[in-house]
Amino acid sequence: MNRLIELLAIGVSLGSIYALIAVGFAVIFKGTRVVNFAQGSILLLGAYIVAVLSPHVGFWAALGFGLAAGALGGLALYGLVGLVRHGDHMTLSILTIGADVLLATELARRVGSRVMPTGDPWSDGVLRVAGLTVPHARVAALLSALLVIGLLFVVFQRTAWGVSWRSAAADPEVATLMGIRLRRVRGASWLIGDALATLAGLFLVAFPNTGVEAHTGLLALRAIPAVIIGGLDSPEGAVLGGLAVGVAETLVAGYGDELGFLGQGAGDVTPYLLMILVLLWRPSGLFGSREAVRV
Amino acid sequence: MSRPTSKVTRYAGTAAALLLLLAMPYYLDAFWLQVGAFVMAAIIGAIGLTVLVGSAGQLSLAHAFFLAVGAYGYAFLAGEPGAGSAGTTLSGPGLPTTVAALLAVALAGAAGLAFSPVAGRLHGLYLGVASLGLVFLGQHVLFNARPVTGGFNGRPIPELSVLGFELTGDEPDLVLLGVPFGARERLWYMALLCAVAAYVVAGRIVRGRPGRALRLMRQNPIAAASMGVPLRRYRAGAFVFSAMYAGVAGILIALTARRVVPDHFGLVLSVEYLAMVVIGGLGSVRGAAVGAAFITGTPLVLSHYGDAIGVFARPGEDGIDAATAVRLLYGAAIVAFVIGSAQKGRPHAITITMDRARRALPGVSRRRLQRQGR
Repeated sequence: MNRLIELLAIGVSLGSIYALIAVGFAVIFKGTRVVNFAQGSILLLGAYIVAVLSPHVGFWAALGFGLAAGALGGLALYGLVGLVRHGDHMTLSILTIGADVLLATELARRVGSRVMPTGDPWSDGVLRVAGLTVPHARVAALLSALLVIGLLFVVFQRTAWGVSWRSAAADPEVATLMGIRLRRVRGASWLIGDALATLAGLFLVAFPNTGVEAHTGLLALRAIPAVIIGGLDSPEGAVLGGLAVGVAETLVAGYGDELGFLGQGAGDVTPYLLMILVLLWRPSGLFGSREAVRV
Repeated sequence: MSRPTSKVTRYAGTAAALLLLLAMPYYLDAFWLQVGAFVMAAIIGAIGLTVLVGSAGQLSLAHAFFLAVGAYGYAFLAGEPGAGSAGTTLSGPGLPTTVAALLAVALAGAAGLAFSPVAGRLHGLYLGVASLGLVFLGQHVLFNARPVTGGFNGRPIPELSVLGFELTGDEPDLVLLGVPFGARERLWYMALLCAVAAYVVAGRIVRGRPGRALRLMRQNPIAAASMGVPLRRYRAGAFVFSAMYAGVAGILIALTARRVVPDHFGLVLSVEYLAMVVIGGLGSVRGAAVGAAFITGTPLVLSHYGDAIGVFARPGEDGIDAATAVRLLYGAAIVAFVIGSAQKGRPHAITITMDRARRALPGVSRRRLQRQGR
């Protein structure tokens, strides 16, 4: 029983990291109808910059630089996608795959076979509460995710900017007629989306993982089931999907001995299995808007 | 009056190219023949994908999975039970190899069909993202179903043979025009035959009635449905078609490599295939062939002659090694081709279809349509 609760706690904290990435996917998709496959390499870029700079300027300053790099990377991607004026969404998403290959290859070459620690203040500390053991880094991840995602939703719901973002996502043409600058709002979607990914990347490489590795970017792909489960165009669903994926993955990995028939490393593929099952049941995810098409 | 002549030159060009390809084993050494076999396998796979992504507009990142189904399906069905590497015991029904090959292709198609409840309901981007899951699930199975797949170290591939004549091996000896026809030469012809057949069949499908239905479905699903195109069936059908092409490609890759390992069939392979069809121009069968040759051939050639060229770092050195260089190259190629093709302002494919339809009409009605400005 104790083990179950502990696994649940770790699962929720891992899920909150996935939720950050997934909300990033959803914000970009809702804002511009493009799936940003380069999310993984942007995440790696941010984490890499933090790892390189933190011995020189300290962790917090490096964190600032890393987040800025991720956000600017997002803007640059938006600029790249903007070059294609009348491309359909699939073409644009393929474009981000190309950008991802470029960036991920270059970063993987720079990182090489090293494992670069980010020098975060949580290091390998663990929190023991009522018999539960949870790493500090994960607690920090959970709290930051709550704070950041909560803040983001408040901004979307309550501020004038949030209203313009939502209306631009709902109907770009009407929004333009109402004087909303599409380019600015869309650029902001990419900026926010990739900053979220970078933040998540930072927690993803922290304890119990050891640091930035060449294939860290692949971890961002685990957030894809999360965002699909929640529905691609629903940031709220992405949070739920992220938590579901995190918990499912941790449970399957944690009970690996009992679930031996699933094979080694079953935890890593649980998110994808969950995603396909949900898709069979609801093709647009749990909260995704359905396309009402009748012929 | 220029059409007949251009047709003649086109046929002559095709015939010359085919003759050239047929004569190649007399001039090339084993390395180039192997590169050729890999390239032709990739061409088949890429053609399957371009029909799915380009014509049907269904993005798929699961191509590596279907390649693996073909490759491992053949390896398992044709394989004899026995001891594998690293203490695994391999099982296998040991079917005749041709039967095994056909069954493996059917198996790949069945895998596509099994995914069709998802593939038929999702469209475009959603499918692309969901199909990502298949690659990871597939690799997990490949690593863990040891008796079938051989686990991490993979399993060896039995040679394909018809009535005792090995199509990909050295038995029995065969010498034609003074050149011994060993495994590599035979494999070249096998692959060439499959690639040409795949090319012709796909070309006919894309240009024919199903192709038109698929393109209309991509551009306007509602219009397609109201014209009587059963959307779900066509979406699922395109998926099965591309899966079977991938199955054939997988078998050829396995026969050429002589051993299949799970590591090969990862997400990177899927992205490579996507790059092939993007570089060639989505939906173009010829383009997919060119893209496949470029993406598959370049790294093999560069790593073979890399030392001689001397630009690339050797493993362990700083700098850009051949594999990295190729990845950078095709990443840049995807970006450049997507942006480039958008700048050109290509007319909608539906206009092209209309043009073709008009051209096919008899003279009188064509001229009447022209007068009306349609």
